[in-house]
Amino acid sequence: MPEVLLRAENLLFEYDDLLLFEQLNFSAQQGEVVYVEGPNGSGKTTLLKILCGLIEPTEGQIYWRDQRISSAHIDYRQNLLYQGHQAGIKSSLSARENLKWLLSLKGLRPGLDKIDEALALSGLMGFEDVPCGHLSAGQKRRVGLARIFISNEKIWILDEPFTAIDKKGVATLESTINQHAEQGGLVFITTHQSLNLTVPSQCITLD
Amino acid sequence: MYWYSIKSMISRELLIAVRYPAEVLNPLVFFLMVVTLFPLGISPEPQFLAQIAGPVIWIAALLAMMLSLDSLFKNDFDDGSLEQLLISPSPIVMLVLVKVITHWFTTVFPIILLAPLLAMMMQLPDEGYRALILTLLLGTPVISMIGGIGAALTVGLHRGGVLLSLIVLPLFIPILVFSASAIEAANMIMQYDGQLAMLAAMLVLALVTTPFATAFALKISINN
Repeated sequence: MPEVLLRAENLLFEYDDLLLFEQLNFSAQQGEVVYVEGPNGSGKTTLLKILCGLIEPTEGQIYWRDQRISSAHIDYRQNLLYQGHQAGIKSSLSARENLKWLLSLKGLRPGLDKIDEALALSGLMGFEDVPCGHLSAGQKRRVGLARIFISNEKIWILDEPFTAIDKKGVATLESTINQHAEQGGLVFITTHQSLNLTVPSQCITLD
Repeated sequence: MYWYSIKSMISRELLIAVRYPAEVLNPLVFFLMVVTLFPLGISPEPQFLAQIAGPVIWIAALLAMMLSLDSLFKNDFDDGSLEQLLISPSPIVMLVLVKVITHWFTTVFPIILLAPLLAMMMQLPDEGYRALILTLLLGTPVISMIGGIGAALTVGLHRGGVLLSLIVLPLFIPILVFSASAIEAANMIMQYDGQLAMLAAMLVLALVTTPFATAFALKISINN
């Protein structure tokens, strides 16, 4: 029986008197990919940020292994990889330096060869030392996404990870997501593309 | 383990400052210009200048700092690194403090280094130099730390700079008053330990309280 990693109870979110969603319940287990679907402005990004603990829901609770995420705090954050619309990439720093900093926030200290390997898997071989300001939009996203090739987090929360990424890159990401779920991870994803996944998936639809 | 994330934060901030020297040079040039214009605008009379030297340098430094405070968290907010920082398992309060201190070091420390030169131009009496440097060293970190709360509160607003000044400027007045009075006392060859002690007390208080307020303000800002 796979373990339930993340469970949401009666989530309700209201913003400026606008009700984005209510009565949202779901539980997500190991080895699963969860799609968050809905039209633009339906609150997909907001829901993902709530799952990260960046935004407080108006009502309701989220549990990480039966502990509220606010009280499980450090353990939860250690197991969380979040990639938002803005990737957290500094344009004055190189891909290598950016990735190094993002990983250091988790206390991770991989060697230079590990970092270059992740960047190569992400399709950035030869761009390790280029300041990210000189990279294209897709390449910048790849710098942030390179974390998934090196991560030990259980939960990945990816907000539109395929924006500006080419077909080959999407295929690599797909297989990495599959692999992560097979190894007992959990992936939340919003995307307008259809994915080829071999692992069980569920869908949260917002309207 | 988290020492590494703190160390990494320091080297990142310093690296960004080196790659983007404009952020460092702007306040410095502003400081230089304001102090230089005073003798030209009011009077080049050495005795008169000696009287206003301390306060003018302090006010110019304060305004130069206000200029740079706005950008303290702005870039990180815009490019998403602030989100990454706030959901990291590392001690956020410490990381925020590190950010404020490196910001002080890269933008304000050069101003302090330049201050004695401008003080000479402003005919500050010899006795005043020690007081000027000591008050700047004790006072400006407090301004950075209090300003950090304001910068964190207004980071999500477009054009939050004006609001930021309104929020934090009144809080800087005690620091300015004690510093100016310390320099004046030094010029008259009087004791100014009391004023320095007050500034040091403010520094310690700011050091232990403001990082929590700043981290909390950042969470509120990102919540919207």
